[in-house]
Amino acid sequence: MNRIKEKLAQDKKILSIYFTAGYPSLEDTVPIIKELEQSGVDMVEIGLPFSDPLADGPTIQESSTAALKNGMTTEHLFSQLSKIRETVSIPLIIMGYFNPVLQYGVEAFCKKCSEIGIDGLILPDLPLAEYKEHYEQIFQENGLVNVFLITPQTSEERIREIDNATDGFIYMVSSASTTGKTQGFGSVQTDYFKRVADMDLKNPQIVGFGISNSKTFSTATEHAKGAIIGSAFIKMISRDGRSGIREFIESIRHI
Amino acid sequence: MSYNVNDNGYYGEFGGAYIPEMLYPNVEELRKNYLKITSEDSFKREFDALLQDYVGRPTPLYFAQRFSEKYKTRVYLKREDLCHTGAHKVNNTIGQILLARRLGKKRIIAETGAGQHGVATATVCALMGIECVVYMGEIDIKRQAPNVARMKMLGATVVPALSGSRTLKDATNEAIRDWINNPTDTHYIIGSVVGPHPYPDMVARFQSVISEEIMQQLKLKEGRENPDYVVACVGGGSNAAGAYYHYLDNPEVGIIAVEAAGKGVHTGESAATSVLGKAGIIHGSKTLLMQTTDGQITEPYSISAGLDYPGVGPMHAHLYTSGRGEFISITDEDAMKAGIELSQLEGIIPAIETSHALAIFEKRPFNPEDIIVVNLSGRGDKDLDTYIEYFKL
Repeated sequence: MNRIKEKLAQDKKILSIYFTAGYPSLEDTVPIIKELEQSGVDMVEIGLPFSDPLADGPTIQESSTAALKNGMTTEHLFSQLSKIRETVSIPLIIMGYFNPVLQYGVEAFCKKCSEIGIDGLILPDLPLAEYKEHYEQIFQENGLVNVFLITPQTSEERIREIDNATDGFIYMVSSASTTGKTQGFGSVQTDYFKRVADMDLKNPQIVGFGISNSKTFSTATEHAKGAIIGSAFIKMISRDGRSGIREFIESIRHI
Repeated sequence: MSYNVNDNGYYGEFGGAYIPEMLYPNVEELRKNYLKITSEDSFKREFDALLQDYVGRPTPLYFAQRFSEKYKTRVYLKREDLCHTGAHKVNNTIGQILLARRLGKKRIIAETGAGQHGVATATVCALMGIECVVYMGEIDIKRQAPNVARMKMLGATVVPALSGSRTLKDATNEAIRDWINNPTDTHYIIGSVVGPHPYPDMVARFQSVISEEIMQQLKLKEGRENPDYVVACVGGGSNAAGAYYHYLDNPEVGIIAVEAAGKGVHTGESAATSVLGKAGIIHGSKTLLMQTTDGQITEPYSISAGLDYPGVGPMHAHLYTSGRGEFISITDEDAMKAGIELSQLEGIIPAIETSHALAIFEKRPFNPEDIIVVNLSGRGDKDLDTYIEYFKL
């Protein structure tokens, strides 16, 4: 069974952390993942940096630019992660934009992920129709879950289509925004979380965008299976470094 | 084989809509409606009337006598430089603002490099009384102060793009991010035949008035609708798409696309995407793109801000790889000389973008009986500072 599905089957709210690989320092990738697991994080999204991250706000843009400047490449990330499964057992997902994957070769990329023990990919700019037509089989052959995003504007019909096309979880973007933008959730968001929860989908939902502390984490996970923190984590680590990880994670879990 | 877009939004292998889900409803709304709305009689009437009375169309097709004599062939200039605001860009912004209004949008955003598309967008927003926000790279804002002032006079808000290299590519990223954050009330007027489907096709259709007029005007002047060649400069490629449009599937008409070689194609300071690019994804479209082997988008260079883009529209990527289009790259130096030459032979000061298209006559011979239409996409007023500095005028 895929590690993602195994984790989602557990009776708990999932905390997932996104960070940009190669930031703050090039060789921080593996130590950050290990520290996250030891701090009790359930799942990690490893950001493959891209020069033009359209869906991201300033925090992730800056960490991506810095990571590329540090020398991060697709090949280097794979070599950093080559022995990760000797020490880390939580689900690992690579999140990035489609062009670097396309240049590496989608099949070669997926194969490499499978060898390393990556469990899934999130490629926000790989559209559902393209995925189904050209890449679904490659993902499946390599045991990779492809995670799709939905937003408050996504129609019910399309949510169902996405639910049918994936087998892991649905990444529920909390509001119409780029990453790191929204502060706190109002009734608009909670109504949306509830509306989707009530659709009785095959895949559980994990909320992303706008989660930065224990309050937003608990609001987001009231109706959803879990939540993802990205920009707030990156802000913390650029301020406090790796030594701040444990305290940050504990502050999220602590209500 | 057709060189126009297919039902799925592709030109051969290029095009599509590689967008994050946050943009899907906006782009889907456009895709479902753009053909329906633009083919309505009331839309066509309003569009045509504004092109005639406000933009000043049809623009002349002018036989360049002295230029033709110099190059021993027959050269016509399609005078898009005489459009209101000084370039072809306004054909598209008029079309898109009418479309945005019919979709009930209350706010317009746009990206701009040199400022021509920003001015053309600010202009139509003033005309319609709609809020306008233009994203422009911080570096371009400094380089193009007069156009920034024009946009402000027209009532637009100019927002500096502070990310990445702070030029056109980053201004486009910022405009897309704005659209993600404002998905319901805002329409994004893209200025070229780039971006996710339906943008490349929609912008090409609004610009296709250029080749439609060329056909009619050439028929009157030469008794034939088809030139032997139609020539245009290509950055993203909207003026070129408009000039080629009605000739795309007509093998009698040669298509020549002129890219910016910058300081030389292989100097590392160039924007010759067809030579230097590889298939990839930029701004929601699969197209030829300048990038590292790792798939990171690289910075182009050209003296002309309008050609300084690391990609090219998917239509042009397909024209290149299929061999339908002949692609020529012209250096800064050759373009600047051609700009002076046209000024002194014909009394027309071209935009530096357009000067690239004029420079091919030094590089490539034509037969004396050939009829060549060059799309004179913009006038050179905006480039005076660059001309002054370059030639110490």
